[in-house]
Amino acid sequence: MEPRTLLVHYLRETCGLTGTKVGCDTSSCGACTVLVDGESVKSCTMLAAQADGATITTIEGLADGDTMHPVQQAFHEHHGLQCGYCTAGMVMAAVSLLEEIPDPSERDVRVGIEGNLCRCTGYHNIVESVLAAAEQMRTQAR
Amino acid sequence: MIPAAFDYVRAESAEGAVAQLAEHGDDAKLLAGGMSLLPLMKLRLATPTVLIDVGRVRELSYIRTDGDHVAIGALTRHRDVETNDVLARECGVLRAVAAQVGDNQVRHRGTIGGSIAHGDPASDLPAALLALDATFVAQGPGGTREIAASAFFEGFLETALAPDELLLEIRVPKSGPNGFAFEKFNRRAQDFATVGVVAAKTAGGTHVGLINMGSTPLRAAGVERALADGAGAADAAALAADGTEPSADLNASVEYRQHLARVLVRRALEAL
Repeated sequence: MEPRTLLVHYLRETCGLTGTKVGCDTSSCGACTVLVDGESVKSCTMLAAQADGATITTIEGLADGDTMHPVQQAFHEHHGLQCGYCTAGMVMAAVSLLEEIPDPSERDVRVGIEGNLCRCTGYHNIVESVLAAAEQMRTQAR
Repeated sequence: MIPAAFDYVRAESAEGAVAQLAEHGDDAKLLAGGMSLLPLMKLRLATPTVLIDVGRVRELSYIRTDGDHVAIGALTRHRDVETNDVLARECGVLRAVAAQVGDNQVRHRGTIGGSIAHGDPASDLPAALLALDATFVAQGPGGTREIAASAFFEGFLETALAPDELLLEIRVPKSGPNGFAFEKFNRRAQDFATVGVVAAKTAGGTHVGLINMGSTPLRAAGVERALADGAGAADAAALAADGTEPSADLNASVEYRQHLARVLVRRALEAL
C-alpha cells in the first residue's frame, strides 16, 4: 500500500466496502465518517497507515446479522434520509455521539452532527432519528 | 484528492521523532492528528517528501497541574482537552475553546500541539494560548527550550519552531474555572472563525486574544491597556481593531472583520 493512501480509499477500493462515501473530499461534509477505535473520524482526512492496528467500524459492520443497529432502525422508521448519500456518515457520527452522550438534548444532537452535511432533509428527521435511537438504546440497556 | 507521494515513518517516542527530523531534514514534516496538514497535502499546498507520524507517541498525551500552571502534552487531542476535569478547575477557558474547534470528528483526531505548530491565525487555540500567556516547550537535537507564546507566532503559518524541533508541551498559567468569554463568529457550522475573540481574567489583568485578524494570532493590546486604565467595556472595545491588518476573503472584507472585532470584543468583555 502506498503511504499516501487515504483510509476512505483503502476501505472502498481495497476492502470493497463502498458503504462509506467520498463527498466533499475536504473534511467538511462527513460522508466518509467511520469509527476508529469507536470514535467518529473523517476517513478522507486520515492515512490508512495511521489506522494500522486500530479497529475500524464502517456502516457495513453496524448491523447484527439481519437486525439493524438501533440508529439504522431509527433512521428507517423516522425517515432520516432522502437521497441517502450522507446517511452512512451521518449514522456513524450518530453512533459515536450516542456513545459519548447517551441521553442527548435536541441541541446536543444538532451540535453533535455539525460535521455532517445533508442537502436533502433539512436535518429535522435526522435529529428525530438520533433522539429516537438514543431512547431505544437506553431502553435496551436497562 | 490524493497527496503527492511521500515516505512514511512512525516515531515511537519524542526522542525518536527528533532523531528522524534530524535524519530527514527540511523536507520532512511531523504528522500529529493530521487535521491541518493532510488537507494541505491533498490540495498539494504542502508536499513533504517524508512524513514522521508522531500520532502514537502516547507519552505526549497528558494534562496535569504543575505548580502555578497546567502542563498539556502536545499530542493531547482536542476532545481530551474539551472534557478534562483538571482544566475544568484550573483553566476553564481552554476547555470552552477546544470544544468549538472544527467538529466532533476533527476533535477526535486533532491535537493541541498540532494546532499550535501549524500556527494558523484563523485557528482558535493559538489566539487563546496567546491571550493566556502560555509557554511552549520544544525539543531539538540540542535539548529542550521554552518559547513564550508572545514570541512564537512569527507569520502566516510560520512559528518559532526550528525545522528540527518537536513541540513537546504547552504550559498554561492557571486562570480558574470561570472568568472568560469566547466569541466565535462564523456563517456555517464547523467553519473557522470569520473573527473570534477570547477574553480572560488573568493574574496580569484582562487579556484579549483575536482570531483571524491578521497573519498571526493577535493580542488586542489597546483594549487591554484601556481596561487597565479603568475604561469600560464599550470604550475599550472600540480600540479592538486598532493596528490590525486582517485579510479579505469571500466571507468578509477588511472593514467587516474590523467591525466584527469591535463588536465581539465588546460582547466578550460584557460577558466577563
